[in-house]
Amino acid sequence: MFDDLRDLYQEVIFDHNRNPRNFRIMDTADRKVDGFNPLCGDRLTLYLKMDGDVIVDASFQGSGCAISTASVSLMTEIVKGKTVQEADELFKKFHEMTTGKEEQINLEAVGKLAVLAGVREYPARVKCATLAWHTLDAALKNEQKAVSTE
Amino acid sequence: MAITTFPVEKIRADFPILKEKIRNKPLVYLDNAATCQKPQAVIDSISYLYSHDYANVHRGVHTLSVRSTDKFEGARTKVKTFINASSEKEIIFVRGATEAINLVAQTYGKANIKEGDEILITAMEHHSNIVPWQMLCEQTGAVLKVAPINRQGELIFAEFEKLLSDKTRMVAVVHMSNALGTINPVKKIIALAHAKNIPVLLDGAQAIPHMAIDVQELDCDFYVFSGHKLYAPSGIGVLYGNQALLDGMPPYQGGGDMIRRVTFAETEYNTLPYKFEAGTPSIADVVGLGAAIDYLNEIGMDRIAVYEAELLAYATEKALRIKGLRIIGEAAEKGAILSFVLDKIHPHDIGTMLDSLGIAVRAGHHCAMPVMDFFEVPATARASFAMYNTKEEIDSLMEGIESLIEVFG
Repeated sequence: MFDDLRDLYQEVIFDHNRNPRNFRIMDTADRKVDGFNPLCGDRLTLYLKMDGDVIVDASFQGSGCAISTASVSLMTEIVKGKTVQEADELFKKFHEMTTGKEEQINLEAVGKLAVLAGVREYPARVKCATLAWHTLDAALKNEQKAVSTE
Repeated sequence: MAITTFPVEKIRADFPILKEKIRNKPLVYLDNAATCQKPQAVIDSISYLYSHDYANVHRGVHTLSVRSTDKFEGARTKVKTFINASSEKEIIFVRGATEAINLVAQTYGKANIKEGDEILITAMEHHSNIVPWQMLCEQTGAVLKVAPINRQGELIFAEFEKLLSDKTRMVAVVHMSNALGTINPVKKIIALAHAKNIPVLLDGAQAIPHMAIDVQELDCDFYVFSGHKLYAPSGIGVLYGNQALLDGMPPYQGGGDMIRRVTFAETEYNTLPYKFEAGTPSIADVVGLGAAIDYLNEIGMDRIAVYEAELLAYATEKALRIKGLRIIGEAAEKGAILSFVLDKIHPHDIGTMLDSLGIAVRAGHHCAMPVMDFFEVPATARASFAMYNTKEEIDSLMEGIESLIEVFG
């Protein structure tokens, strides 16, 4: 019945929505930033544990749609062990994949995150996927202020 | 009246957009509480005005200006009759319900509400009936009081009564809630407030397309609504105000049309309703509003109310059979709005999935964040019905919901 939506709602997304990874409060976090999408009410809190320049642990709490939950769940998996610079590069590639021009997209460069490429075709849903990454960007810059998509 | 006797197919044929395909499927438009679609008669009225009768109103002696003015003022008379106001002087054209509430807050409010005074609203208001009063409170030092609602989404009347104090200077209440569908006991509210000489503003943005409105019978002091929810163009709305109150109010915006005589030393304001209509109005949209009212009068608001009540009852009964679906807003008195949440499925996902089936519903906080907070949900999905919706469309909605629950597993 939902054949048209297969590109948007891939099985990986349903899986992460049902069983979000790293879904926990981190008492020992070095960085904690809130992200908020006032249009749909999605809220998340991102926690990072740093060792110098390296993200050694990432987790989140919050409530959102399947796209935003899967996006933040996948993100916390993929940034673990990455340096700040590597995570920042990934953020830029993810941003290009979801909002950039077609020819700029390099699905291989984003690995597992490619399952979220489908949001490109749904302008109303792009922010669901990018909220996690904007929140990460703020955390990497060590900004204390809550992130809003608007 | 049985559901079959309502000429829904004939009405549908009058709305060209209903023939659109969305993602290769027939459009099922269930976002009427956000805005309604427009019948051909409304679309044509605008096109005809610009093609044959258009010039500025109240200005020139030339023929087109006279024709344009006649149509514009003719629409005002139609509005007056539609809501049974006692005079055209009580019908002020504004951009919409939001502007109408801001107008009352910034004119009547500023002139009559002082530090320590209270403004009473309810917990189910749209942001448009919260924020203008908060702004007035900031400006004056007045206090905003909020009457609570119960789990069914109904106003707790005893609490409202308690909050109506000797300090209350204004009661502003939604007639029908956009997020819950609740229809408030406005006649009781007005009687209670008037017993203490407190004026009452009714936000009729949602109520107006669903029921016959008689402002004299209601005895409200202000009634506001938007044209776009009444099958009329967006960008036009109405402030009804009791003439005695309007007369005593200072003007809202200054400019052309709202003056009688201007010198650099002083300005004499125009009479009602023009005192509140500075600048060139949205002429074509006013004419379109008149055409929408003509169209609705032909069908009859009472028949529309009966048909929509049957649609809501049908939708509610089917929705309650879906496991994991929770209806938000179960007031005994309710208009044709079905707000709901599904277990573990976010409203945004519901919205996208239904859209892929051609079904348009609203997913979000419906500009009523305090209502979402009260029910402890971030958002809801909302199907809102209009006179052109059918039982078959409701069947499509329910099938869609059942399928997406399956997919999400």
